[in-house]
Amino acid sequence: MPEMTYRDALNLALKEEMRRDPSVVTWGEDVALYEGSFKVTRGLLAEFGEERVKDTPISENTIIGVAIGAAMGGLRPVAELMTVNFALLAMDQLINHMGKIRYMFGGQINLPMVVRAPGGGGSQLAAQHSQSLETYFMHAPGFYLALPATPADAKGLLKSAIRDNNPVIFLEHELLYNSKGEVPDDPEFLVPLGSAEVKRPGKDVTIVAYSRMTVLALQAAAVLEKEGISCEVVDLRSLKPLDTPTFVDSVKRTGRAVVVEECWQTAGLGGHIASLIYEQCFDLLLAPVQRVSGLDVPMPYSRKLEKLCIPQVEDIVKAVKETLTAKY
Amino acid sequence: MDSKLRAELPDHDLLKLYEQMVLCREFEEACAEQYTKGHITGFLHLYSGQEAVAVGATAGLHKDDYILSAYREHPQAIVRGADPKRVMAELFGKATGLCKGKGGSMHLFAPELNFMGGYAIVGGQFPIAVGLAFAAKYRQEGRLVACFFGDGAVNQGTFHEALNWARVWELPVLFVCENNFYGIGTEVHRSSALADIHKRTCGYDIPSERVDGMDVIAVHETVKRGAEWVREQSRPYLIEAMTYRFRGHSMSDPAKYRSPAELEIWKARDPLPNFARRLVEEGIATAEGLKEMQATAQVEVQEAVKFAEESPWPEDSEVFNDIYV
Ligand SMILES: Cc1ncc(C[n+]2csc(CCOP(=O)(O)OP(=O)(O)O)c2C)c(N)n1
Ligand SMILES: [Mg+2]
Repeated sequence: MPEMTYRDALNLALKEEMRRDPSVVTWGEDVALYEGSFKVTRGLLAEFGEERVKDTPISENTIIGVAIGAAMGGLRPVAELMTVNFALLAMDQLINHMGKIRYMFGGQINLPMVVRAPGGGGSQLAAQHSQSLETYFMHAPGFYLALPATPADAKGLLKSAIRDNNPVIFLEHELLYNSKGEVPDDPEFLVPLGSAEVKRPGKDVTIVAYSRMTVLALQAAAVLEKEGISCEVVDLRSLKPLDTPTFVDSVKRTGRAVVVEECWQTAGLGGHIASLIYEQCFDLLLAPVQRVSGLDVPMPYSRKLEKLCIPQVEDIVKAVKETLTAKY
Repeated sequence: MDSKLRAELPDHDLLKLYEQMVLCREFEEACAEQYTKGHITGFLHLYSGQEAVAVGATAGLHKDDYILSAYREHPQAIVRGADPKRVMAELFGKATGLCKGKGGSMHLFAPELNFMGGYAIVGGQFPIAVGLAFAAKYRQEGRLVACFFGDGAVNQGTFHEALNWARVWELPVLFVCENNFYGIGTEVHRSSALADIHKRTCGYDIPSERVDGMDVIAVHETVKRGAEWVREQSRPYLIEAMTYRFRGHSMSDPAKYRSPAELEIWKARDPLPNFARRLVEEGIATAEGLKEMQATAQVEVQEAVKFAEESPWPEDSEVFNDIYV
C-alpha cells in the first residue's frame, strides 16, 4: 500500500470520484486556480477544467445554497468552506435548508452533496479561526457528519460521502494534513459512513475519540502501555450516523471510558456520548465516564494560553488514570 | 517655489505623513522577520504597499471618529496612535500586548484611540460599523465611523445589508475599500461581476468615488472631503482606494497567481519613495532628512521588538479572564 499524507489522500479521493462520475463538481473560495488554501484541490482544475472546478466569491451562505440547488438539479457537488469557522456564515443554508429539504418535502428529493471544511485549533489562529464546531453539526438533523483521523479513512470516507445520496458535512483537521499513513490505491476502497473503528485494542479503559483527538488518544495509549495500562481506542470516524454499538461494546468489555473531544465541553458531543454509555453500560461501569474537552473559552492567540485550551496527550493520560482510581 | 503639496497641507503635516508611512513599512518588515524567527505565529497579513491608504485616510479623519478594519490592520492601529511596542507584544502573544496576547495579529483593539478592532471574518466589521454609527448619531456625538475592508469582502451579504441599512437609517459611515486587486489568490474581476467596486453603491443610493491609493495626498484629500460630507449629511459614503500589497496574502502565500511583471509595475508606484521624491522636489524635505526619519523609525521598531521579546507571557489564569464582565 502506498504511503501518503492525509492531504494527498483527500486529493486522490476527489480525483477518483471526479473521474468516475461526471456529475461530481466542486467549488469554494480559491479552490481552483489557487488549488485550495490547504492545497487539497491541487491539480483538479488542470485535470477537470473550469466547468467542474470553480472559484467562488467570498459568499459562504451562497456557496452552500448553490450546492443545494445543484444537487437538486442532478449534480453531486462537493462544496469547500475554506475553514469550518466560515460555516457559521452558512448556517442558514446548512441547517435551515440542506438539513430540512428532504424531510420537509416529504422525501421527494435527495441532496447528494458534500460540504468539506478544515478546522480545529493549534496553529495560533486566535478566536475566530480556531474553532471545533462538530457539536453544532451533530446537533442538527438532516445530514451526515464524518471526520477522519487517518489518511486511509480520509480517502475512504470522502469517497463514500461523495457517493452517498444524503448531504454529508466532512470535517478535516488542519493539523492532520501533513500526517502520513498507508492508503489503499484501489479506487473502490471505501470506508462506510457511520462506522467507528477500534484503532487499538485494549482491556482496561476505552478511549472514545475522533479526528485529531484519535491521534492524541493513540499517543496517550502508547504512554500508558509503558505503565502497564491497556487502552482500547475507538475512533468514531462519523458522528452521524453514530456507530454506538462499537464504543458501547468496547466499554462493556473494559468497564471504563474516557471521551475526548476538541470542542467546547458545555452541551458538547462528549456529554452525548457519555450519556449513551451510561444508558447502555450502566451496570457494567466500574468508574464514572471522564470527558477530556476543549476549554469553554474563545481561543486565545498566545501559544502559551492556546495550549491550555486544547486537549493534550497528558490530559488524556490523566483522565485514564482517573477512571482507574475513581470508584462509585 | 510653487508647491502643490504645500497647497494641501502645512510642511509639518506632510512630513508627518511620510514619517507614518515609513514607520508602518518598517514595522511590517520587522514582523516578517520575527515571523521567520518563530516569534510571531499564526496568520500574519502584512500591509506593505498599502501604507498611503491607512496614513492618508487616518489623517483625513477626526481623532474621535471610529475606525474598524479587517485582519491586515497593524498600520491602521499604529497610525491611530497605538504604541508599536504594544502592537508588537500582541503579535508575540505577550501579556503586555494591546489585547493581552489574546487577539494576535488579526485582532488589534484600542478603544481609547477609537480604534474599534481588527476582524478576521471577512465582512464581519460591516454591521458593527453601522451599529457604532447609530450610537454616535443617537448620542449626538458628531463623529463618524470609518470602516475599512478589502475588495474580497464586498461579496459578503453583510456588505450589502450594511450599505442599505446605513442609507435607510441615515448613518455617518465612511466605507473605505482597499482594493488591492486580490482576495487571497482570486483576482477581483474573477469574483465580482462589477469590478469597479465604488459603482456598487448605486443600488443603495450612496455616493462614492475612486482614488489612487498609492498617493497619500490624494487619499488624504478624498477622505477628508468624504468625511466632511458624511458628517454634514449624516449619510454613508464610499471611497475605493486602488492599491497593491507587495507581499503575498499572508506569510504562507508565495503569490504565484500574479506575474513578477505586475508586481514590478506596482513597486514602481511604491507610495514611500514616490512621496519622498515629491517632498524633496518641492523643497519640503531633504533626502538626508528623510533618511534620518527612516533610521528613527527603524530604531522605534527595534525597540518594539525588544520590548515584545522581553515582555512576560500571560499568566495561565488569564485563559478564563475577560469572557464575562
Ligand atoms: C467569512 C470568511 N471567509 C473566508 C475567509 C478567508 N479569507 C481570509 S482573507 C480572504 C480574502 C479577503 O480579501 P480582501 O477582502 O480583498 O482583503 P485583502 O486580504 O486583500 O486585504 C479570505 C477569503 C475569512 N477570513 N472569512
Ligand atoms: Mg484584496
